[in-house]
Amino acid sequence: MASTYLPDKRSAPDTGRPPPLPAAAGRTRRRVLHWLTAVGFQVPALVLFGTLVLLPMLFALYAAFFRWGGFGMPEDFIGGDNFTRLFQDPVFLGDLWRCLVLVGLSLLLQLPFALALAVALNQRIRGRAVYRMLFFAPYILSEAITGVLFSMIFAPDDGLADHLLGAVGLDGLGGQWFADPSTVMATLFLVMTWKYFGFHMMLYLAGLQSIPAELTEAALIDGAGPWQRFRSVTLPLLAPTLRISVFLSVIGSIQLFDLVWIVTAGGPDHHSETMAVTMFQYGFKRYQVGYASAISVVIFGISLVFALAYQRFVLRRDLEGATTTMRGGGS
Amino acid sequence: MSVRRRGRTLPVHAVLVVVGAVMAVPLLYAVLSGFKSTDQLSRNPFGLPDPWVTSNYTDILGSGSFWQLLGSSTVIAAGTTVVVVAVSALAAFSFARFAFRGRELLFTLFTMGLMFPFAVAVLPLFLLLRSMDLLDNPLGVILPQAAFGVPMTIVILRGFFREIPAELEEAATLDGCGPLGFFWRILLPMARPALGTVSVLAVVASWNNFLLPLLVFNEPSWWTLPIGVQQFQGQYSSEYARIFAYLVLAMVPALAFYSVAERQLVGGLATGATKG
Repeated sequence: MASTYLPDKRSAPDTGRPPPLPAAAGRTRRRVLHWLTAVGFQVPALVLFGTLVLLPMLFALYAAFFRWGGFGMPEDFIGGDNFTRLFQDPVFLGDLWRCLVLVGLSLLLQLPFALALAVALNQRIRGRAVYRMLFFAPYILSEAITGVLFSMIFAPDDGLADHLLGAVGLDGLGGQWFADPSTVMATLFLVMTWKYFGFHMMLYLAGLQSIPAELTEAALIDGAGPWQRFRSVTLPLLAPTLRISVFLSVIGSIQLFDLVWIVTAGGPDHHSETMAVTMFQYGFKRYQVGYASAISVVIFGISLVFALAYQRFVLRRDLEGATTTMRGGGS
Repeated sequence: MSVRRRGRTLPVHAVLVVVGAVMAVPLLYAVLSGFKSTDQLSRNPFGLPDPWVTSNYTDILGSGSFWQLLGSSTVIAAGTTVVVVAVSALAAFSFARFAFRGRELLFTLFTMGLMFPFAVAVLPLFLLLRSMDLLDNPLGVILPQAAFGVPMTIVILRGFFREIPAELEEAATLDGCGPLGFFWRILLPMARPALGTVSVLAVVASWNNFLLPLLVFNEPSWWTLPIGVQQFQGQYSSEYARIFAYLVLAMVPALAFYSVAERQLVGGLATGATKG
C-alpha cells in the first residue's frame, strides 16, 4: 500500500501557537480534516458520475413501473406490468435468443480465431508488424463507418460480395445478405468478427508476450510437441487473459447497438434486433418510455447478474491461482 | 536452417495472407471505388479505375460541411478528454495515495460504472439533458461522455499512481509540499505516459460515439463525423462511388491518429482490460 497521507503520520498545520485542544481532540480534528481532503479530491468525479450516470440509471428503474410517454413526470403507476409484458413480447424473447446466438458464435468461432492468429503472430515471422496493424485497424474505425461500408459491400446484387461470388462462378451463393431474414445474423456476425477480433487478438498477444520463453523451452526439452506445448503451457498461462476477453465479448453482445442500428436497424422484420435496439425503438420512435425503461433495466440486470456470477465463479480462480501456484497447485 | 524454418511456417504464412486479404479488401475496395463514377463502379467493380475520377473526393473536401463535421468531432473529443482526465486524475490520486473511511465503497461504486452500458442509460440520460436544456449544445455530449469514461480512467490511473514510490511523497512533504502541490508538481508530470494512454482511449471513444450525438444534436451545426457518415449515405443512397469516397475520407483521421498513438492505444486497452 502506498498511502502515505495517513492521518497520524502527518503533522498538524503549523499555526505558530501551541495546540489549544487536548491531544485526543486534536487527533480527531486532524482525522476529519484528512478525510475531507481525501474526499474533496473525489468530488468532481463523483458529481459528474453521479448526475450523468447513476441518476439516469436510477430514474430508469423508477420509470420502468409507469406507463409514460416521456413528457412531464411519470404518473400512471402500473406496477410490474411493463416487465410482464416484456417477457411475453415475442420480439424481446427473440432479442434474448439472438443475444445467446451471438455469444455462442463469438465464443466458439471469433475468440478461437483471434487466439490462433495471436499465436501465429507471436512467432518471429515476416511482416508481423504489418499484420498486427492491419488486423487491429478496423477496431478503431467507428461503428458508423464500418456499418455503412459493409451495408454497401453486402448490397444485394450490386455489392462487392455478390460480385466476388459471381466472378468465381458461385452466383448461387450470393444473396440478399442483410435483407434476408435467414442470413442477416450470419452476415452481421461476419462484420462483427471483421471489426472486433483484432481487439481480442491484441489482448492475447499482450498475454502471450508475458509468458516467459524458458517455460516453453523447458517443455520443448522435455519432448513436448507443438500442440502439447500450447495445450499444457501456453493455454493455462494465458487463462487470465482469456477470461477477461470472454467477459468483454459477452458484455459486448448483451449491449450491442450501434452496428446493428446503422446496418439494419433491427430488420428485416426484427430478425436482427437486439435488446438495445428494441429499447431504442420504443423509447425514441414510439414514445413508450416507461416500457423502454423496463427494457433498459432488464439489459442492465442481465449484464450485472452475468458480471457478478462471472466474477464469483470464473475470475475468482485468478486470485486463487496467484496464491496457490507457488505451492504447486496450478491448473 | 532457414529453409527448414520457411517450410514449417509456410502454412502460417498462407493463413496470414488470406486473413490479411479479407481484412484489407473492404478498405482497398472503398478507396478505389471512390475514384470511380457510380456507373463505372457497377460496370467494373474490381479493376482499377479507368479513368480515375477525383471529383468524388474533391467535391467532399471542397464542400465545407465535411470540415465542419471534422471540427466538431475534434472539439467534442478534446473537451471530453480534458474533462474526464482532469476529474479522474484527482479521484485516482485520492484512491491511490490516501487511506480514508469509505474508500473501498466509493471505488466499488465507480467500478460498477464499468458495466453501465451507454445504450441502456441513454434514454433517461436524454430526458435529463432535455430538462437541463443541454440539447443542441456540445456540453450535452461532452459531459455525459466524460461521465461514462470516468470509471475506466480512474481504474487505469489509480494503478499507475500507486506505483510511484512513497519516498518521493515523503520528500515532497518535508519540502513543504501539500497534497495538492505533490499531485500537481510531482505526480502528474511523472504520470505523463499514463495520462497519454487514458487520453488516447478517451479521444477514440468520443470520436466514434454515435448514439449520443445523434440524439443530442437536432441541428446539423454540431454533428460529428459518425452522424455525418450516416446522413451522407441517407442523402446519396444511390451514388455508391460518392459514399465510398466519403467513407474513406472519414477513415483518414482515425487511421492517422492510430498510426501516431498505436503504442498508447494498444497498451491502454490491454491494461484497461486486465485491471478492469
